[in-house]
Amino acid sequence: MTTSHGTNTPSANAPPHSNGQTPKRKSKIGPMARREAKLALWMLAPTFLIVMGVVLFPLLANFWISVKPVKLSDLRPPTPVVSERVRGDFDVAGQEFSIQYRMRNSSRKGDITDVILTDTLPTGITITKVDPACRVTGSDVRCTLDQLEAGERKRLELTAIADAGFAANPISPRDSEPTVIGSAENILTNSEFTFDNFARIFDSREFWSVLWVSIAYTVFGTLGALLLGLFAALILNKPFAGRSIIRGLFLFPYVAPVIAVAFTWVILLDPFNGTFNAILLRMNLADEGVNFFGQRALPIDIFGMTFEFPLALATVIAFEAWRYFPLSFLFILARMQSISSDMYEAAEVDGATPLQQFWHISLPQLLGILSTLFLLRFIWTFNKFDDIFLLTGGAAGTRTLTVDVYEQGFALSNLGAGAAVAVAIFILLLIFAVFYFKFVHREDS
Amino acid sequence: MRIGTGLLLGLISGLLWGAIAVAIIGISLTLITGLPATPIISAGALGGAVNAAIILLRPPKDRTPGLYLVAFAGVIIAMILVSFGAPFSLAFSESSLIQAFGVGLVALAVTFANRAVLIDIHAGMLKRYKTDLVIVRVLKGFGFVFFSVIVILPFYVMVMTSLKNQQELFLNPLDLSIDLTQGAASLFDSYVELFTKFNFGRFLLISTIVSVSTVLITLAFSIPGAYAVARLKFPGQTVLSSSILLIYLVPMIVLVIPLYAVFSQLGLRNTVVGLLIVYPATTVPVALYMLQGYFRGLPAELEEAGLMDGLSRLGVIWKITLPLALPALASVSLYVFMIAWNEFLFAFMFLDDPDIFTLSRGVVSLNSSEVPRQHLMAGAVIATVPILVIFLWFERFLVQGLTAGSVKG
Repeated sequence: MTTSHGTNTPSANAPPHSNGQTPKRKSKIGPMARREAKLALWMLAPTFLIVMGVVLFPLLANFWISVKPVKLSDLRPPTPVVSERVRGDFDVAGQEFSIQYRMRNSSRKGDITDVILTDTLPTGITITKVDPACRVTGSDVRCTLDQLEAGERKRLELTAIADAGFAANPISPRDSEPTVIGSAENILTNSEFTFDNFARIFDSREFWSVLWVSIAYTVFGTLGALLLGLFAALILNKPFAGRSIIRGLFLFPYVAPVIAVAFTWVILLDPFNGTFNAILLRMNLADEGVNFFGQRALPIDIFGMTFEFPLALATVIAFEAWRYFPLSFLFILARMQSISSDMYEAAEVDGATPLQQFWHISLPQLLGILSTLFLLRFIWTFNKFDDIFLLTGGAAGTRTLTVDVYEQGFALSNLGAGAAVAVAIFILLLIFAVFYFKFVHREDS
Repeated sequence: MRIGTGLLLGLISGLLWGAIAVAIIGISLTLITGLPATPIISAGALGGAVNAAIILLRPPKDRTPGLYLVAFAGVIIAMILVSFGAPFSLAFSESSLIQAFGVGLVALAVTFANRAVLIDIHAGMLKRYKTDLVIVRVLKGFGFVFFSVIVILPFYVMVMTSLKNQQELFLNPLDLSIDLTQGAASLFDSYVELFTKFNFGRFLLISTIVSVSTVLITLAFSIPGAYAVARLKFPGQTVLSSSILLIYLVPMIVLVIPLYAVFSQLGLRNTVVGLLIVYPATTVPVALYMLQGYFRGLPAELEEAGLMDGLSRLGVIWKITLPLALPALASVSLYVFMIAWNEFLFAFMFLDDPDIFTLSRGVVSLNSSEVPRQHLMAGAVIATVPILVIFLWFERFLVQGLTAGSVKG
């Protein structure tokens, strides 16, 4: 055990074993190694299971759902519903009364086949007439219907007479609940396919504007968060009293729940009675309240040229930069602290100015972490849903692809179209991921 | 006094600091006291420039406290002259004490800032090194102010709005002052109402249960997995340890539709169990990645000694590895707790039943025109305070957690 184990204990900073070793080892795998591999498999099994089930399976399921004509309402499959009624007096001996089962298909679109209704009758009554669909054996009733069409209602009736003994001590036949089962086609598992969802998504001119908004949001949001983070890290790089408190404070936007900060921004920037607009008015920087989250475009005149500034989108990007600068700040600060001070001292002796030191020493050293952060944050910003959804709901030209998934799938109740947008996101992400593994991951490890 | 780039830069720095100081202190006065103050930017800017000029009158080594006192007085005099005695556009008689305090604060801040920027700067022509130094100092100072404002303002507004009532807010949105004489009951009215009428006590409980369970499940899943990746040899180990990171890149919104469909049909959608299946799935890969990094750093000899002494693998993990990895476990737990506590998307999509709302979901339900906005802000405060307290308490661990495994955003 020790020998086999000793060879595979990587020291603290050793890189993971290179790929080249694995196949060689495989060929002469011993019983000990096999046991170890088996143990590892068992220890990883829960992780595999949960990741497969909740992440990978849904990812693939999107492709399936995107080619299905499935609406939100289809998730409730057609089910037969039954209510039982009794007509006539069942507590009078010799009197004829009827038991009715009223069946209904809950769905207006899907048929139900092989409907079977079962019920138990109280003892002491005699059945005189039976609906042709039903059979009575002892006290059990069993009715079968081949089909219950969409929205169809059907009434099954039994006629019965109560005995003297039953009439003296009557039990309502309704006391026993009838059960009804049927099989309906599940739209998610049947073999009906359509490309309507994709056609619908790609045909609409909206999709391309949504794509552009997504890209603008991602690029500027990422750059904003990165630049703010770099700026904050530069400020806190040199130690001073109270630095750790300030560092903690700067992390607040990221640590606080998104709902809290998003709603705070909405209230802060409210056009009529938000504090920020009140400040702008007080300082005479604006003539009237600016609707930051509601105004699609703000016309700006520069040298007689009017161009439309996408105000709501810019505000959402500002929020993104504000909320995520702490993250890039932490990483950049950690990297800065690890740059050896010798270099700065040498530069200082050579008479390099602070700006030159930053440009020629810090920046090249930070390039690695900055590019890693850029790609990671790029993908995470692209994936972001909560922030925009809570701030604008995707209105006023801020609808990104992720918000579009919700819009199509839930607001318009078209799950299939939502899944089609999700597929589009997934494919774009695959492109990013290839890029990530090609350029960043190698540097990173 | 020689005249050169030193004076020019000093004046620019003074102008900037004066403008920033008067704007921020003026607005802060309004927000804190409720006075309708409009700071006169030009007055502040000029005061700042006068201040810088006075400081630069003497070369750096001859500057005495007396000079700074004169510079301090210079700001006040310049401000009052330029603004005709009303630096905050308020009549002098109106809350004169607060106004005087504000002006004094501006003068103090400007003097302090100019002193810090110009400490070794003379008025004559500057070498490139000194020029850069001034620029860097001004930028740094500006950064401090900027970041402090953008971080503090929203949180300040959040807390103060929750303590006011709607009429007051609509009347003057700038007045975030609090009338402390009204008594605690009326001050915390929104909070009392949220806990009594809006069921926030229950939301708090559900959020806690969900977050703590998510942490426990995540640890139970990721510890063995991380140990296996870090210490055991098996085919595909390298591929696995590098591809765990790919899960980071999957957007949650893409998982929502299939999970919604499947969970609806399984009857798991509107349940806490449903959340407890989804949350760990998103946190286990992160936790596993963070832990395996830490496990690799632990000395393997200890574990081998344990194995020699007849402990099983699980015994080794339980008795040797985990006690050594306690700091990493703390980071991972806090980090996972934060993710689960702040999670919004799945709570919003899955939960319809107010009996099992998490705080995130509960606060969203307050976002309607029928609920006054101070309730919404009070809800936001209730959701924020626990996580911020935990964060400040365990900052070291959480910051480690944030940086160590890199983070999902």
